[in-house]
Amino acid sequence: MSASAPEKPMGYTEIPEVLDLNHTYDTATDKINDVILKKKTPMPIAVAMGICFLLVGLLFTTITKLVSTGIGIWGNNQPVAWAFDIINFVWWIGIGHAGTLISAILFLFRQEWRTSINRFAEAMTIFAVMCAGMYPVLHVGRPWLAYWLLPYVNVMQMWPQFRSPLMWDVFAVSTYFTISLLFWYTGLIPDLASLRDRAKTRVSRVVTGILSMGWRGSARHWQRYDIIYLLLAGLSTPLVVSVHSIVSLDFAVAQLPGWHTTIFPPYFVAGAVYSGFAMVLTLAIPVRAYFGFKDFITQRHLDAMSKVMLATGLIVIYGYAMEAFIALVYSGNPNEAFMMKNRMFGPYGWSYWLLILCNGVIPQLLWLKRVRLHTPTLWVISIVINIGMWLERFVIIVTSLHRDFVPSSWGMYAPTKWDIFMFIGTIGFFGFMMCLFLRFIPMFAGFELRELLHKKKSPPH
Amino acid sequence: MSEIESKPSLYAVLAEYSTPEAMLQAAEKVRDAGYKRVDALTPFPVHGIVEALGLPKSRMAGLVLAGAIAGCIFGFALQTWLTVFQYPHVISGRPYFSWPNYIPVIFETTVLFAGLTAFVGMLVRNNLPRPYHPVFSAPHVEDSTTSKFVILIEAIDPKFDRQVTMDFLRKTGADHVTEAKFEDADTERNEAPLLS
Repeated sequence: MSASAPEKPMGYTEIPEVLDLNHTYDTATDKINDVILKKKTPMPIAVAMGICFLLVGLLFTTITKLVSTGIGIWGNNQPVAWAFDIINFVWWIGIGHAGTLISAILFLFRQEWRTSINRFAEAMTIFAVMCAGMYPVLHVGRPWLAYWLLPYVNVMQMWPQFRSPLMWDVFAVSTYFTISLLFWYTGLIPDLASLRDRAKTRVSRVVTGILSMGWRGSARHWQRYDIIYLLLAGLSTPLVVSVHSIVSLDFAVAQLPGWHTTIFPPYFVAGAVYSGFAMVLTLAIPVRAYFGFKDFITQRHLDAMSKVMLATGLIVIYGYAMEAFIALVYSGNPNEAFMMKNRMFGPYGWSYWLLILCNGVIPQLLWLKRVRLHTPTLWVISIVINIGMWLERFVIIVTSLHRDFVPSSWGMYAPTKWDIFMFIGTIGFFGFMMCLFLRFIPMFAGFELRELLHKKKSPPH
Repeated sequence: MSEIESKPSLYAVLAEYSTPEAMLQAAEKVRDAGYKRVDALTPFPVHGIVEALGLPKSRMAGLVLAGAIAGCIFGFALQTWLTVFQYPHVISGRPYFSWPNYIPVIFETTVLFAGLTAFVGMLVRNNLPRPYHPVFSAPHVEDSTTSKFVILIEAIDPKFDRQVTMDFLRKTGADHVTEAKFEDADTERNEAPLLS
């Protein structure tokens, strides 16, 4: 940044710092806390909350109908026994991964730009996993017996079957949810304490007082806190890889062409991070614009997230190419080759090419810096990627199942209105929870921002 | 009556600084002056304060490791016991003791136990939740969760003398020096000797 720096090429845009350094500890903290303490619920949030609440109503209506009638109201059939429910389960779980990656892996790598978005992304993770969890529980058909999945001592003398990836999923998803929640709450404790100390009304003082557990920022406490925060980050790091690997094993362990492939775990993990970052951008761009948090979430954050999307997107494309190569050329297996031809040119061929367009072609625009710094375009691309990643799961599940080995058992799949209600309903549930989060919980990790501010402002030792 | 007299109503004196650097310098002086029952209240973890105040090192990492090992053993033992002894079934031709199949669940229980140990352990070792604490009685102490950096010396420190200690803290460059009192001197006990 010195005066002797080489002249910038024409059209060069400087990418700003990770944080507006005009902030002090007080102004940064107050800006975060004021959203909760001072402002009334902003109109757009209230409207979004209202719409989402209607969709939550739709979700519960659907669940009531589903539980009272049975999963026959869904379009699932033979041969497509896994359909919207598992597509959406995998989609939602995948979205959660960006939150864990941002909070854990980027923390261990000391990436400064994670600090403004980690709280937000972790909340997204938790709500996405909640949405995901509904699907398998309801898909078992008798959700009131879902606890049979847990290994507990019972009079039936029955135990879960630990050699099945579906059982591994139970452990993977429940551990993932628990650890994500602990990590999120641990990060919240000091911020709730600073909220408590700024609270004006008795209700907010009592609520934040209870939730912050009497945190007072003691040096002895911080010492232990620092260590367990680091350890929780370290523990979450393998979870980023393991959860979606185990989800992919649900497919890869089966014998079905299109599922039975060793590339699934890494390819699923890359796809999960890809879709997760897309969702963070989809949410962060309007929030930062609306709440005026452009000094916390700067262009640098958007730029960095775009680059992560570009990189994981390329891994995903490599996965598609390898999948086609293995099936058509390398395996020499006629069933595999047929599966891939059917996937590309069969009755669901449109979904495959749309997937390539959404996940493979359009995101290549992110190579251009101009696109990465143009927020509206970036927002549209992030939505396109979300759609693309949903299509990926649709392609993997439906096109593999609907025509397997024996033509007599082929079939077609179409969702019913209840499938669609359920999907829209979970989106509404997710949106509703996000709105509550934005309104009532500090959406930035205040103590980490203050630490970053200190680091940026004080001269290096 | 002597028991009541032995419990001072004064909990500690607090010195407030506006930058972490000023607080760290003062912390070293406090340590060198021989005060042991000391602590700092900061709005974010300040690097070096533990050494500057001469506080004992935390043993949390070992605790979490123990949790991880317990989780690992639990996952392995649970599956071995169920698939070999309690509920033996042949699943796709695998032996009863098919340990490679146990790995995912062992991994998950390891992470789960370690994570829970970390969280619960941090709270227990920190004596939290504790909604009220005597330091909250000090004026302006609430700024220490936002922008102020506080060093406190407890009244039960052997070297503590109200006036001397307060003067000493003022000389370390503190912006303010204040007092924190027990809410009810008759019933409130001092904290048990602090664990490391």
